[in-house]
Amino acid sequence: MKLSLKIWRQEGPDKEGRLVRYQVEANPHMSFLEMIDVLNEQLIKAGEDPVEFDHDCREGICGSCNMVINGVPHGPLRGTAACQLHMRHYKDGDTIVIEPWLARGFPIIKDLVVDRSAFDRIIAAGGYVSVDTGSAPDANAIPIEKVKSDTAFDYATCIGCGACVAACPNASASLFTASKIAHLALLPQGDAERKTRVVRMVDQMEKEGFGDCSNHGACEVVCPKEIPIDAIAFMRREYMKAVLS
Amino acid sequence: MSDSILNARIPEGRLEDKWQNFLDSCKLVNPNNKRKHTIIVVGTGLAGASSAASLAELGYNVKAFCIQDSARRAHSIAAQGGINAAKNYHDDGDTVWRLFYDTIKGGDYRAREANVYRLAQISNNIIDQSVAQGVPFAREYGGLLANRSFGGAQVSRTFYARGQTGQQLLLGAYQALSKMVDAGKVEMLPRQEMLDLVVIEGKARGIITRNLVTGEYERHVADAVLLCTGGYGNVFYLSTNAKNSNVTAAWRCYKRGAYFANPCYTQIHPTCIPVSGDYQSKLTLMSESLRNDGRVWVPKNADDKRPPNQIPESDRDYYLERRYPSFGNLVPRDVASRNAKHVVDDGRGVGARGVAVYLDFADSINRLGVDAISARYGNLFDMYERITGENPYEKPMRIYPAVHYTMGGLWVDYHLMSTIPGLFVLGEANFSDHGANRLGASALMQGLSDGYFVISHTLGDYIANNSFPDVSDSNEAFAEVESESSQRIEKLLSIQGERTVLEFHRDLGKIMWDNVGMSRNREGLGSAISEIQKLRDEFWQNLKVPGQATTYNKNLEFAGRVADFLELGELMAKDALHREESCGGHFREEYQTEEGEALRNDEEFTYVAAWEYSDLNGESTLHKENLEFERVAPSQRSYK
Ligand SMILES: Cc1cc2nc3c(=O)[nH]c(=O)nc-3n(C[C@H](O)[C@H](O)[C@H](O)COP(=O)(O)OP(=O)(O)OC[C@H]3O[C@@H](n4cnc5c(N)ncnc54)[C@H](O)[C@@H]3O)c2cc1C
Ligand code: FES
Repeated sequence: MKLSLKIWRQEGPDKEGRLVRYQVEANPHMSFLEMIDVLNEQLIKAGEDPVEFDHDCREGICGSCNMVINGVPHGPLRGTAACQLHMRHYKDGDTIVIEPWLARGFPIIKDLVVDRSAFDRIIAAGGYVSVDTGSAPDANAIPIEKVKSDTAFDYATCIGCGACVAACPNASASLFTASKIAHLALLPQGDAERKTRVVRMVDQMEKEGFGDCSNHGACEVVCPKEIPIDAIAFMRREYMKAVLS
Repeated sequence: MSDSILNARIPEGRLEDKWQNFLDSCKLVNPNNKRKHTIIVVGTGLAGASSAASLAELGYNVKAFCIQDSARRAHSIAAQGGINAAKNYHDDGDTVWRLFYDTIKGGDYRAREANVYRLAQISNNIIDQSVAQGVPFAREYGGLLANRSFGGAQVSRTFYARGQTGQQLLLGAYQALSKMVDAGKVEMLPRQEMLDLVVIEGKARGIITRNLVTGEYERHVADAVLLCTGGYGNVFYLSTNAKNSNVTAAWRCYKRGAYFANPCYTQIHPTCIPVSGDYQSKLTLMSESLRNDGRVWVPKNADDKRPPNQIPESDRDYYLERRYPSFGNLVPRDVASRNAKHVVDDGRGVGARGVAVYLDFADSINRLGVDAISARYGNLFDMYERITGENPYEKPMRIYPAVHYTMGGLWVDYHLMSTIPGLFVLGEANFSDHGANRLGASALMQGLSDGYFVISHTLGDYIANNSFPDVSDSNEAFAEVESESSQRIEKLLSIQGERTVLEFHRDLGKIMWDNVGMSRNREGLGSAISEIQKLRDEFWQNLKVPGQATTYNKNLEFAGRVADFLELGELMAKDALHREESCGGHFREEYQTEEGEALRNDEEFTYVAAWEYSDLNGESTLHKENLEFERVAPSQRSYK
């Protein structure tokens, strides 16, 4: 199938960016990133610079890939990262617009590559359990209700890709931050630090220039791990409890 | 060839006591002195993140590096199935001894007894540590931890977190690392690639890195360097490894004097989604855990082209169950992969290209119900459907083996130190614990054992026993190595030939897969060596790398890595050629039993082959570490 692509090209952080049009011949079994590989080979052969994009696992778990496809972070399929999208969902003659995450908290490095180090700083502001190596009790010493552990897991599956920020009209990092807070707060191991954790992480999120959450819900729709927005309500309750006590 | 015997520094005492004896006698570093030492950790996968966090907790200053934009994205994140430990929570007869024994046997008696025993001993601590960090392992309704079975074992000792065990373990280690970043004890440097090692007065004293965003070279000084840079399966181009997985750091250390051990030991994983076309950029693993409930089969007759659901039981060959009645579908990976290759070579492969076998869940679904199967494997089934467009609840999966893991790696002694003092190697990057074949769920165990529990003690012993004269980054050695690194990058950019990095990588992958893959023979290995040499020459004359060295440039990064793969591939073929036996994942067609099983030659090959690079002619010299089996007698592996 023949596709028209419009891809965001930007040479560097301080350069102007623009959408550039390309034609590519794809095959329905290809993955979306393989389709861009094909384009890049074409560009290199023609003496042009290939489109830079982050990718690594290509199976939806590392959180590297980040592209807004026809206006939607990670593209049209629910619960699917861009690298897991296959070309069988497109048809001959389609036009596809590909842009990077656009958010104040994620400055552009080149083309589709952005700087997401703010996420690391949010985790470093308490998104952990303070247990030094070697000091842990037997793993079965504290039984955890299966339902609780499963719910904690649902939040823990966040891959830190940043699609939630890219989808949010306020460029808020609330779903990302809340999912770590909820994961750890739901487990007995995370209980001791839950108050300081929520306050520090929320403060850090604000410092990084991410906006507020206004319950728009776009984040949960694009999350490749389908993390529910109720994480954010949970985070708010945790925050209130922490600052009021 | 030299027969020098390498000293693995295995502690005295009974196998069961060796690690304790080491701990009792190793030298310690005074807590106040630890902060005077800087330790470099390259890589933030399970091995790197866990060691960086643990060493920082002890008081060392740690600088950690990774290629990705965040430590959390290391390739370990993709591990699916689980991690072994000898907890025996289910009282099915597991013990440390059994975990040790299964691992040594699974490795086809080509691993070091003392290391493997230590690994089994430490396994339980890893589970405790991870749970305390908030890793949400699967649990039973009673609230206690659940287990599943993996290949090569008859007990259920694998802990898991849905199909995302690596993700959850890595996030645990990454959070521990983040805690130490927060404490100011770890400086984290992402988007940096180590290009070379700096050795001063015979000791590893630093590294040269390239900032992948700006292209700048950086010099980093330390008292020890930990290489936690993962495996080199991507030498085959197509593998289940992440795209950034590479051999560069290990290869540059090899060229600085670290021996490379058993490079030919490659694991080909039996259950991956088959190749669909030439554009294929990587292969996706379907976790081995699926073999708990899936049955592997092909049609009995080569010309049976009916859809799977129309092939009656009597016309199906469940070849693993037939050939290996006691382990059945749970035979180890090398055995399962080779058998798949046999039936495909026999013309009985399935799917459009005929290069696949079925993995069928119909029986389990009938027995346990769709919900139970979906609870166990839901995300894997979804992943399969996303990629292939087929629904595995209704139609058996099509699977085929793919390159997955490399047992070989830099040679290390019991202390995890390479032949360059002060250069330690952890995780998949070393060769240490899996012999010629790794059992499922044991790489995560090894990476975390190395990183959380071994290195803190062995590194301390090294620091305490050595002195470290002041070295600054203006030292001549740093300048020299940096200039070599930058010249290489300039060279790659300046060729401006006709063919892309991807094309060269694909060509190399094909040579490797055809000749140094699941099944090897003298002639094929010989021709692989000359073809690789030819390809390498062409690479340095006809490569086309776009862009500049001063901006983000993925093609340039990959060019450097493929250049190293082009050298490594030759050493792998050479190692495979010299090992005139079949063992584990290394199957030489000339050496097999009448039933087609791997035939070892213990008389001549019970050793680790450690290759030393020679500056003079680029040739490598073989050194041997003889393997002594004090407690288990090597026998022909049988899973019948
Ligand atoms: C799909 C898949 C599923 C798997 N499932 C399981 C399983 O269920 N159970 C199990 O036990 N094992 C499993 N494995 C194997 C296991 O995941 C790996 O062996 C293990 O995670 C390797 O960890 P590591 O820390 O050694 O290296 P990696 O996780 O590969 O990390 C390497 C690190 O080194 C960095 N790096 C590399 N080169 C450089 C350089 N030059 N400069 C700077 N940084 C560098 C990278 O950025 C990265 O941070 C699986 C593997 C795959 C591919
Ligand atoms: S490349 Fe890893 S999630 Fe897409």
